[in-house]
Amino acid sequence: MSDLTFLLIEFGIKAFVIVNIVLVMASVEVYLERKVSAWIQNRVGPNRVGPMGLLQPIADVVKLFMKEDVVPKAANKGFHRLAPLLTLAVALGVYAVIPYAHYVEIGERTVYWGIAPNVNIGVLFILAMTSIGVYGITLAGWASNSKYSLLGGLRSAAQMISYELSMGLSLLGVILITQTLNLNEIIIFQRDGWYGLRWLIFLQPLGFLIFLVSSFAETNRTPFDLPEAEPELVGGYNTEYSGMKFGMFFLAEYANMATASAFLALLYFGGWSLPFPEFWDSLGLVEGTWGRVLLQFGSFMTKLMIFILFFIWVRWTVPRFRYDQLMNLGWKVLLPLSIINLFVTAAVIIFFNL
Amino acid sequence: MNNRKNTEAERLTFWERMYIPEIARGLGITLKQMFKPKDFVRQYPEQRFEPTGSFRGRPVLVEEDGQERCVACGLCARVCPALAIEVQAGETAKDKERYPEKFEINMLRCIFCSYCEEVCPEEAIVMSKDYEIVYTSPQAAILEKDELLVPKAKLQDRLEFLRQYK
Repeated sequence: MSDLTFLLIEFGIKAFVIVNIVLVMASVEVYLERKVSAWIQNRVGPNRVGPMGLLQPIADVVKLFMKEDVVPKAANKGFHRLAPLLTLAVALGVYAVIPYAHYVEIGERTVYWGIAPNVNIGVLFILAMTSIGVYGITLAGWASNSKYSLLGGLRSAAQMISYELSMGLSLLGVILITQTLNLNEIIIFQRDGWYGLRWLIFLQPLGFLIFLVSSFAETNRTPFDLPEAEPELVGGYNTEYSGMKFGMFFLAEYANMATASAFLALLYFGGWSLPFPEFWDSLGLVEGTWGRVLLQFGSFMTKLMIFILFFIWVRWTVPRFRYDQLMNLGWKVLLPLSIINLFVTAAVIIFFNL
Repeated sequence: MNNRKNTEAERLTFWERMYIPEIARGLGITLKQMFKPKDFVRQYPEQRFEPTGSFRGRPVLVEEDGQERCVACGLCARVCPALAIEVQAGETAKDKERYPEKFEINMLRCIFCSYCEEVCPEEAIVMSKDYEIVYTSPQAAILEKDELLVPKAKLQDRLEFLRQYK
């Protein structure tokens, strides 16, 4: 087999598997969201469709497909159609650089898990893609030709710009420490030291906190879900959407949540790295074998699920911020804090020659 | 802007303004809620609510020895505040001499006040325990006499309740 055909097959399979993982993850999230919200509110939650209501997300999707697709008469038809596609495509596109585990050796070839986990602009790529996501939402708000949608879209844009800054600045701390934008190398940095537990959360606690808050704002989740604030804006940017177009926004929201969780796990909690690597080596599960890779995958997925549960848990606990509070927090608190964090990190690195 | 000065008690303390401890406290509260048993939830179609005799469900006519107790005096129709009942009397050779030729309750109008039951001299119309009241058309919601008749044995709880408390 020539290198090219091998690569084509490899990437085809990887892309297929990863897109499916993301979609399954989204449906698991929807189920968890409904269950956890029910438990928090002393209800039982979906328990009719399938055992324990496990097939509820499928029923939801079938419902969305069956619905009539209403487009407002005054809407800008082209952009109205484009917006959900853009949002979903961007949300899925981010997964191109996320590593799910390290690598396996098949014959003489090394196959990395993740479509392109070794690109040297990984962090930058994710930041860029998540900021493109806001175009979809703003476009949806504008193309709907409805005041509620427009307000939702504009809020989304303002919110993204405000929080993107502190998000990027808090990430600079991580990049200063690891000296790389490559996601796999960031994980390897966290793996090599302190028995595989040199997680960046211990080195960058303030940066983690800022990043966590910003990613809540970035994914439009409560307490920062002003773009779709139901009591004020009907449904925000997706007011005028129905059927599967709405479903796409819905899917993109949950895919973004999974992205944010994955990003948090990668940058601050060691991603796929396993604690105590010597122990696993002694079991014969050395780097490059299938067993090791599956363990790494499990490690990453566990961290991901914990963060997703945290996102859901916070959503059903904290009330929505008022708009001025949101802006105050973004510009007057998180931005200065992230700059301080950056300077302290840089100073420590220079003075201690790390 | 709001010019009203906050009182000392209304102002947030330093730690409350820091958000994080308060959010953590809130998360603790919801976590506690999450693991509370939810055994007070009734799984409706499988586990039904069994009302007591005091429950006012769909009004029905008591059927005794294969026929209605009603003598078509029309008091229930008269007292009904929602004008849901229509009675037409007819003559019969039996002891009571009168019977309702036509007895209709419009369930779209009925307000379950139980005045009809209270005013009935023969204890012939009572409120049942039936609370699953669903119809597919306005016509189907107007119940005729044969739909209203329920054997006395099934209404025992209510009849006893009425004897005690009416």
